[in-house]
Amino acid sequence: MGSRAPRVLLVLAILAVACVLPFTVSNFRLFQFTQVYIYAIAILGLNMLTGYNGQFSLGHGAFYAMGAYVSAIMMDKWNIHYAWTIPVAGVLCLIVGFLFGLPALRLEGLYLALATFSLALAVPQILKYFEHWTGGSQGLVLSKPGAPFGIKLNPDQWLYFVTLAVMALLFWLSANLLRGRVGRAIVAIRDNHIAAEAMGVNTSLYKSLVFGVSAAYTGVAGALSASAIAYVAPDSFNIFLSITLLIGAVIGGLASISGAVFGAFFIQFVPNWAQDISKAAPWAIFGIFLIVFMYVMPFGIAGAIRLLWIRTRRSRVALTPEARDTAHSQAPRTT
Amino acid sequence: MEIFVQQVVSGLATGGIYAALALALVMIYQATDVVNFAQGEMAMFATYLCWTMLNAGVPYWGAFVGTLVLAFLGGVIVERVVIRPVEGAPILSIVIVTLGLLVIFNSVAGWIWSYVQKPFPSPFPSTPVKAGNIFFGSHDIGQIFVTLIVLACIWMFFKFTPLGLAMRAAAHNPVSSRLVGIRVGWMLAMGWGLAAVFGAVAGMMVAPVLTLEPNMMGGVQIYAFAGATLGGFTSPGGAVLGGFIVGVVENLVGTYVSFIGTELKFTVALGMIIVVLLVKPTGLFGTRIVKRV
Repeated sequence: MGSRAPRVLLVLAILAVACVLPFTVSNFRLFQFTQVYIYAIAILGLNMLTGYNGQFSLGHGAFYAMGAYVSAIMMDKWNIHYAWTIPVAGVLCLIVGFLFGLPALRLEGLYLALATFSLALAVPQILKYFEHWTGGSQGLVLSKPGAPFGIKLNPDQWLYFVTLAVMALLFWLSANLLRGRVGRAIVAIRDNHIAAEAMGVNTSLYKSLVFGVSAAYTGVAGALSASAIAYVAPDSFNIFLSITLLIGAVIGGLASISGAVFGAFFIQFVPNWAQDISKAAPWAIFGIFLIVFMYVMPFGIAGAIRLLWIRTRRSRVALTPEARDTAHSQAPRTT
Repeated sequence: MEIFVQQVVSGLATGGIYAALALALVMIYQATDVVNFAQGEMAMFATYLCWTMLNAGVPYWGAFVGTLVLAFLGGVIVERVVIRPVEGAPILSIVIVTLGLLVIFNSVAGWIWSYVQKPFPSPFPSTPVKAGNIFFGSHDIGQIFVTLIVLACIWMFFKFTPLGLAMRAAAHNPVSSRLVGIRVGWMLAMGWGLAAVFGAVAGMMVAPVLTLEPNMMGGVQIYAFAGATLGGFTSPGGAVLGGFIVGVVENLVGTYVSFIGTELKFTVALGMIIVVLLVKPTGLFGTRIVKRV
């Protein structure tokens, strides 16, 4: 893809815009952007698992819920500062995800989809059951953390910057992880796990680890959302949350880091526009988009942009099959 | 002891619902290697159609049959229009498409009929049936009969009719079937239609118990998954038996294990699925699919 310099510049430019944003838009709009970043983190987690490693999860809402509740319970019951709850939520989800990944290793394709789908359905019930900790169906009401050290920012602006920083860090980490040796092993497992094994990749360890890391990302996103919304309740973590995350990953573009951001924008803003028609309309539109994308843009928005980029750069040369292959080489080939 | 028998019978009644839906899932899985995550929502939608007909004054069994016809057509159309373009695509794409269907059916039902719960009539009398000194709910008994009749019909259809044979052949070996002149594409579409019919039966039988609302089938579907997994996704008979077993287990666990009750229903199903997949991933009657790599 040529030299890295233009890409780094592009990322810095986007970050600069993101830093100016809080001082130009309303608090409500800003909250929506915070939510976009939170979704982006969760979707990146799911994307590492599904897009890069080729494992299904229809139940990542469960880890999102876990992160949110771990954070909320620590703040509500033990008065722990929210900043500490975020890494704790991440680590706990890492462990649980890793452990869930161990048996899930034996389950391929559809069975993994089934198991994670049932997990997502079961979560609200489990949360309601442990009423003592989770506050039952009422949920837990939290207070929005303000800016420390007398920084002159309102809570919404402060949370925006916290989320942006966490997102930048996590995106940088996963870009490095996926670019290197580990990343190649992860993709090799997706493309042909037998060949990967023959090359000396420890497939079981890698698969469980990816499951864990992916759960940790989603858990961190959940923890951030608990602070941003200042409220957690079981029914907001239903099966549709898991499907939403999957929609974000698919529409943004599987096996693409930037795709997570596109997907997050999509799932945050498209329902808002559709809400005016009917309460049920956003979901109908989601469903139609999901199916149509599978037909015409299976590599999502990020894949379409990549293809467009290659076409314009090589407009004088006819698009050879090799060029088309490079365009698709990042795309998932799950079987 | 009386409670035990009562619970087993009502477990069999709900088990019949799970069995019908599990059979629908397995049929589609066998024919096209797809697990249809929208099966429950399609059933819910069909039940709403039945409700609409009943409200328009159609007598119960007329509406029942009418719904089955509509469900069949609906299933065929869904296969032709939505599933066919992704035939042969990676599993992930197909799963995503069926999830898209789930979302569409759910939201469109909410859009048309709202999310308010609606009572749904039972075709059976409300007086309980007495056997010895134990009472059984009439709806439970009727439900078991309806399920058994439907299962018997479908068994005879596949066993004794040329069309059933052609459908089995198309699912079993598409290439050879095409060579002997079977229109495999249409057979698959009809498979989807029949699956939608089972779903509709399950939906209409369970609606009087759960009351009709767009999210009604979520729990039923997860138990159907559990039943199909237990019996084996490669064995229709196994899936039916699995559905019945899961129904009985659910009821007995709910009655006798006090800390679970009805509040952790889904968690019990999740546990069952995971245990089966860990201990015997092919299910009780399934066969291992060996693939050449």
